[in-house]
Amino acid sequence: MRHIVVIGNGMVGYKFCEKLRKLADPTQVAITVFGEECRPAYDRVHLSEYFSDQNADKLTLAPARWYEEQNIQLHTGELIAWIDRRNKTVETHRGKTLSYDQLVIATGSSAFVPPIPGTDKRGVFVYRTIEDLEAIIAYGKKMRSAAVLGGGLLGLEAAKAMVDMGLETHVVEFASRLMPRQLDEVGARTLQTRIEELGIQVHLNKNTQAISGNGKLDALRFADESNLPVDMLVISAGIRPRDELGRSARLDIGPRGGIVVNDAMQTSDPAIYAIGEVALHQDIIYGLVAPGYDMAEVAARHLVGDIEKNFSGDDMSTKLKLMGVDVASFGDAFGAKSEHNAIVFEDKAKGVYKRINISADGKRLLGGMLVGDAEAYNMLLQTMQNGMALPPNPEDLILGSRGGETSGAGLDSLPDEAQICSCEAVTKGMICEAVLTGEAQSVKEIKACTKAGTGCGGCMPMVSDLFDLAQAKMGKRVRKTLCEHFNYTRQELLDIIQVKEIKSYDTLLNEYGTGDGCEVCKPAVASILASLWNELVTQQDTIQDTNDRFLANIQRGGTYSVVPRIPGGEITPDKLIVIGQVAKKYDLYTKITGGQRIDLFGAHLHQLPDIWEELIAAGFESGHAYGKSLRTVKSCVGSAWCRYGLHDSVSFAIEVEDRYKGLRSPHKLKGAVSGCARECAEAQSKDFGIIATDKGWNLYVCGNGGIKPQHALLLAQDVDKETCIKYIDRFLMFYIKTAETLTRTAPWLNKLEGGIDYLRDVVVNDCLGIGEQLEQEMQRTLAVYRCEWKEVVNNPELRAKFTHFINSEATDPAVQFDEMRGQKVPAKW
Amino acid sequence: MTNTLDYKTVSSENVTNWFKAAPVTAFPANGGACVLYRGKQIAVFNFTRRDEWYACQNLCPHKQQMILSRGMIGSEQDEPKVACPFHKRAFSLQSGKCLNADECAIATYPVKIEEGYVYIGFDEA
Ligand SMILES: Cc1cc2nc3c(=O)[nH]c(=O)nc-3n(C[C@H](O)[C@H](O)[C@H](O)COP(=O)(O)OP(=O)(O)OC[C@H]3O[C@@H](n4cnc5c(N)ncnc54)[C@H](O)[C@@H]3O)c2cc1C
Ligand code: SF4
Ligand code: FES
Repeated sequence: MRHIVVIGNGMVGYKFCEKLRKLADPTQVAITVFGEECRPAYDRVHLSEYFSDQNADKLTLAPARWYEEQNIQLHTGELIAWIDRRNKTVETHRGKTLSYDQLVIATGSSAFVPPIPGTDKRGVFVYRTIEDLEAIIAYGKKMRSAAVLGGGLLGLEAAKAMVDMGLETHVVEFASRLMPRQLDEVGARTLQTRIEELGIQVHLNKNTQAISGNGKLDALRFADESNLPVDMLVISAGIRPRDELGRSARLDIGPRGGIVVNDAMQTSDPAIYAIGEVALHQDIIYGLVAPGYDMAEVAARHLVGDIEKNFSGDDMSTKLKLMGVDVASFGDAFGAKSEHNAIVFEDKAKGVYKRINISADGKRLLGGMLVGDAEAYNMLLQTMQNGMALPPNPEDLILGSRGGETSGAGLDSLPDEAQICSCEAVTKGMICEAVLTGEAQSVKEIKACTKAGTGCGGCMPMVSDLFDLAQAKMGKRVRKTLCEHFNYTRQELLDIIQVKEIKSYDTLLNEYGTGDGCEVCKPAVASILASLWNELVTQQDTIQDTNDRFLANIQRGGTYSVVPRIPGGEITPDKLIVIGQVAKKYDLYTKITGGQRIDLFGAHLHQLPDIWEELIAAGFESGHAYGKSLRTVKSCVGSAWCRYGLHDSVSFAIEVEDRYKGLRSPHKLKGAVSGCARECAEAQSKDFGIIATDKGWNLYVCGNGGIKPQHALLLAQDVDKETCIKYIDRFLMFYIKTAETLTRTAPWLNKLEGGIDYLRDVVVNDCLGIGEQLEQEMQRTLAVYRCEWKEVVNNPELRAKFTHFINSEATDPAVQFDEMRGQKVPAKW
Repeated sequence: MTNTLDYKTVSSENVTNWFKAAPVTAFPANGGACVLYRGKQIAVFNFTRRDEWYACQNLCPHKQQMILSRGMIGSEQDEPKVACPFHKRAFSLQSGKCLNADECAIATYPVKIEEGYVYIGFDEA
């Protein structure tokens, strides 16, 4: 049998294994992989995420078990030291030799360390592997300031990590601007302004001559004789291909490094291939992962005899988020390669810069760059790569069409060959065909059958738009039905449940659904049932998400957290003491939440009823932190104490929180009340926010924090309390009845035709004539409120459900804790 | 720490030991519970709707969490499945295969009901 040996288990080496195994099973080709690093290949592109949680598993591309399942021999922590081309063997650093029929070199590159005296001092690091990051984290803990040498893409990413570590951060760049290879002067300046707002100090035109310090560095010295004192330094000055094996084996090497390959990825020895960052193709080293994946595909195919596909070079187009700032650069970004006209858009106030280069004849897009807003990137890239005709006013490409056309129109005109997912080389035609033939019935199924979007995921918005487009082509109304078990939207189901007075999930499934349900429709229906009838969720516990099933929030490790209600954030010292005593007794980690209450973490399942028994005895109630329901109504201290306060915001907040407690909704709900326009309760970031005015109260709605924060909008002005509550009743009920599952109020409003004006018409002007009905429905729902935990505590049958094992009293031995700042936290996963 | 490799699928032909776990009535309808057997944690599901019982490892291979018994069960194209409460990875209760991600498969075990009791089949004493 043929034996293929792969040297290097990085991103590209891994992708190669995956591709080759798809083309050749273990009876045809044996595969052995050597990786120098101590763990299987991981996602270097998202390396910086390691800073936030130090979780290497999350970056792993495939666990060791995958290689086992695929029949691939993986040797991690083992370096290949020598290639013997004559005998076709490789030798590891442990002296083991192994023969090969064909060899694939995927050794990547290493960080380039410029020849400056002092780079060997303590406190000097590079940024490439998990081990590098571990060293940086360990060292940085005791330091105050850090510099990054190199203001390119990687350097800025490293700088962000330094900022996140709480260090005073400097970026030192030799050129006269940041990201000199991707951005022009104006683009770089725009980026620099945004970055400096984060507190990063940028030093341009700096030629670093020495790193000073006695043993460990203490400053950088520049050619202009200036100094920058810092505690640590991360060097990010470019990459060097790891071509040392190729050199010693006398393969052709480029003048500035890299193993020379042809279009089939073969080196000067046809039995040896090179792919990824070590390969030099037509004088170019590709420091990006997408071209590397392309190379892996070409090499794998070539190795099984398919010589159709060649590597014809890739462009270096990239889009990334640097410190929260979108940056993209594509094609001929500077227009350096041919005659062109540039169209430029700059908004200094917002920190946005866009530039596109149009061919001299005005027919084609050559390239461009985007800073601060890169939403147009995918479409621009497609337009360029496919040589698509430009709109009559090419500036529309970056300004957005001002005629209200949707982006779908642009997609429609893309040719079928347009590559949508560059990681997996999936074209528009492949995606549309999967939908049109019925092979893919959902975006998820497109992912599964074409693999689009499974790499970096950047193409997912386009994949989803294409799905809708193809659906529409088949004459299907794009209707968000719940899942395969219910061919209805959430709103349709709500109507059915209400009109037919359905009270249980099983009844609904029997009469209106198919199959056995799933984790999507069960909680969605549970939420509708709760919104309409407000019966205890414990009556149908197995259709609830685990949080609702056990009335607590599941946390890492499988323990739960407990949040008693503290309306308006007001609490007596006695109650505070009880919380403290309970936390101490059950050894719970405590933290004040963002919603002005206290969260107790780390309770075992079986402890929950006991904990609640004690809390309830002291007068507490469930805080519903586990439900898609009203969470808290935050308040500022208001006129009772505050010298600016206009009205009593605390009393109003308590009143409102007590009114809506236990109300179930498509997603969680948060409120707030501020005592004056200074807005200390941050009411304008809540689903409903109330702010005192000298004439009454202003009511704001549909503000959300979360992934995409959005400010609330004014719904009614200077109203009295009763009116305010009437409007909230109507608003919440209208939202509950019309929103899709798991949609918060802000995105719901964004999709509502007519927006806030229409909402005001419905709620305030009652244009649909349903105002009173909404109020009554709210009344009915609120009237049946009971504290779920009180119910459980007093019911032995319900209490008995709170155990980890059904056949043993033991607690779950898998739950383990570490310690942090004097309290327990779950062991890392 | 327990490792997902500790759990190996048992097919009904290979059962050498039927472990009497708990009475049928102890399990919630259309839901699961966790059974302890010689240090192993087995999730057992009472799929009332299909009148079927399933057992699998309690350990979710995604983040090595002992949790699957608290997952929601359901079906995908008639294949019975359980979804992990943490990040909703779903696994077939028949083959153990992960249905919506690249996680490795979970081990499954045969279940039988006799005289009101639930038995789980193992191939070790
Ligand atoms: C912080 C950071 C952020 C990045 N961000 C992006 C981005 O946003 N977009 C993008 O497209 N790209 C990005 N990249 C680049 C991307 O990670 C690389 O292009 C990609 O990893 C290259 O894959 P590779 O397999 O060629 O090399 P590598 O992933 O470096 O893998 C090579 C492996 O081979 C091993 N090896 C070397 N020599 C031997 C030997 N003799 N024997 C055994 N093993 C050996 C090495 O230890 C290494 O594990 C980023 C890189 C970094 C460091
Ligand atoms: S919002 Fe106004 S009333 Fe409330 S605490 Fe702030 S300043 Fe005082
Ligand atoms: S731990 Fe199960 S899906 Fe993440």
